[in-house]
Amino acid sequence: MKASLSYVDGNAAGELNTIFAVDITKAKGQCANCGAKAQFAEAHVYTECPGLIARCASCGHVLLRLVNAGERVFLDVSGMTYLRFER
Amino acid sequence: MWRTATVVALRDETATARTLALAVRDWPGHVAGQHVDVRLTAPDGYSAVRSYSIASAPDSNGGIEITIERLPNGEVSPYLTQEVMVGDELELRGPIGGWFVWRSTQMEPIQLVAGGSGIVPLMAMLRSRGSASNSGPFRLLYSVREVAAAFYRDELAALSNQGDSMAITYAYTRVTPTGWPRPAGRIDGSLIASVTWPATLRPTTYVCGPTPFVEHAAELLIATGYDRERIKTERFGATGERK
Amino acid sequence: MTIISRGFTGRRSGADAKLPPGQYLTTDFPVLSAGPTPRMSLDRWEFAIDDSRNILKRWDWKSFRELPTENFTVDLHCVTRWSKLATPWEGVPLDILLADVKTNFQYAMFHSYGDYTTNLPLKDVMNKQAWIAFKYNGADLEPEHGGPARLLVPHLYLWKSAKWVKGMTLMPHDKPGFWESAGYHIYGDPWKEQRYSEE
Repeated sequence: MKASLSYVDGNAAGELNTIFAVDITKAKGQCANCGAKAQFAEAHVYTECPGLIARCASCGHVLLRLVNAGERVFLDVSGMTYLRFER
Repeated sequence: MWRTATVVALRDETATARTLALAVRDWPGHVAGQHVDVRLTAPDGYSAVRSYSIASAPDSNGGIEITIERLPNGEVSPYLTQEVMVGDELELRGPIGGWFVWRSTQMEPIQLVAGGSGIVPLMAMLRSRGSASNSGPFRLLYSVREVAAAFYRDELAALSNQGDSMAITYAYTRVTPTGWPRPAGRIDGSLIASVTWPATLRPTTYVCGPTPFVEHAAELLIATGYDRERIKTERFGATGERK
Repeated sequence: MTIISRGFTGRRSGADAKLPPGQYLTTDFPVLSAGPTPRMSLDRWEFAIDDSRNILKRWDWKSFRELPTENFTVDLHCVTRWSKLATPWEGVPLDILLADVKTNFQYAMFHSYGDYTTNLPLKDVMNKQAWIAFKYNGADLEPEHGGPARLLVPHLYLWKSAKWVKGMTLMPHDKPGFWESAGYHIYGDPWKEQRYSEE
């Protein structure tokens, strides 16, 4: 199945930076599905949905899901084995 | 975390792109390559947020400039490029991004590759280089539809004529000027090989523009031997508008 | 305090209409997606109903298109607050697809090409409340809007109307799908403004 190129990338971190105390664009992560290690800024980010979805640029697996639910924020990072931040 | 920004000046870059100069209350400063999120709110509470790269070099006066391209079906860009007046206020969040940045302490060769409105953050890098009197060698490959679609043409010409190791190549995808050596079309491997820094110089590369452009350009650079780890990319989405 | 942007209205119509709480009317048709648009060729497309153990029914495109269809016009309400009224579709009612299916299970997880899932009570997709739609506004449903075929369950928020649908798994208990496990409401009634999870 040919993919369409309608994603942005992890540089679009405005929402995510409201939750993390450090800049997620400088973080490196490992995909829990294929094991690829990459800069979070290189992740394929879909912001045109009822939330933010970041997918592994190598295998397409969902790395992170963010939903702004009014006064609450839901964050699922189970698609990453780890996220490594620079201070 | 939303700050108030006041529009202090407007400047048209092309028939469809406009630069807004903003004074931002409590602006913490920025680094070239970063962007801001702009939020517009209608009287009934409906709001829309879009990301725009900062076009200006860091300055100590609490001011920044953003350049916006008006998209035909845009919801925010027509408002920002046609309705906004000097004195209006906008809400801003940022600066955002610590990875796709150029700092004036960098002295290695820099390769910039811009597709359409992707020139904006790269222009901030060139302006930052100028204001910091950094003389590291830069090359820019700027791909646009046609001459009239290019932003900052005069300023870029002045920079490359100064002869201080800054060179620009334009690539036109739809309409070329008369006598242009290369026919209209997408950038390709032979263009990359002839105008970018040789891979052996190990430049740091910044590629910015619509997502399909960035994917294509990055692939071409890697094919000529560029180190994937030294290529930084920023994708603007399918049409070039980031949300 | 939020700053109101002088003269900004966004891409919306000013028409007065009865909308669920917190919704705005739109005249265009926004495309929202959590991933790349799957490009499915019709000769590989199928829709299957299973119960986790067995496939109970299955149609390929040819047999699916031989089923009776309906033209119907419905209002769409997206949890991102836009509503689009009187949208015209053609599709196969779920009542027809479920006609010979015997089950005690009361819930279903719908699956799409790609990795999207959404859960629904079976009673919400029966009794003329849901279709597998393949035409919008008289033309083949475009991939970006869920083509070749998508689920439509207009009485709930539009995230329940799974694009690129490929099947449903009947289940005894309700389980959250893609958005329901990420913070959205397990049911999603726009008239009760059930946007978010009650966790």
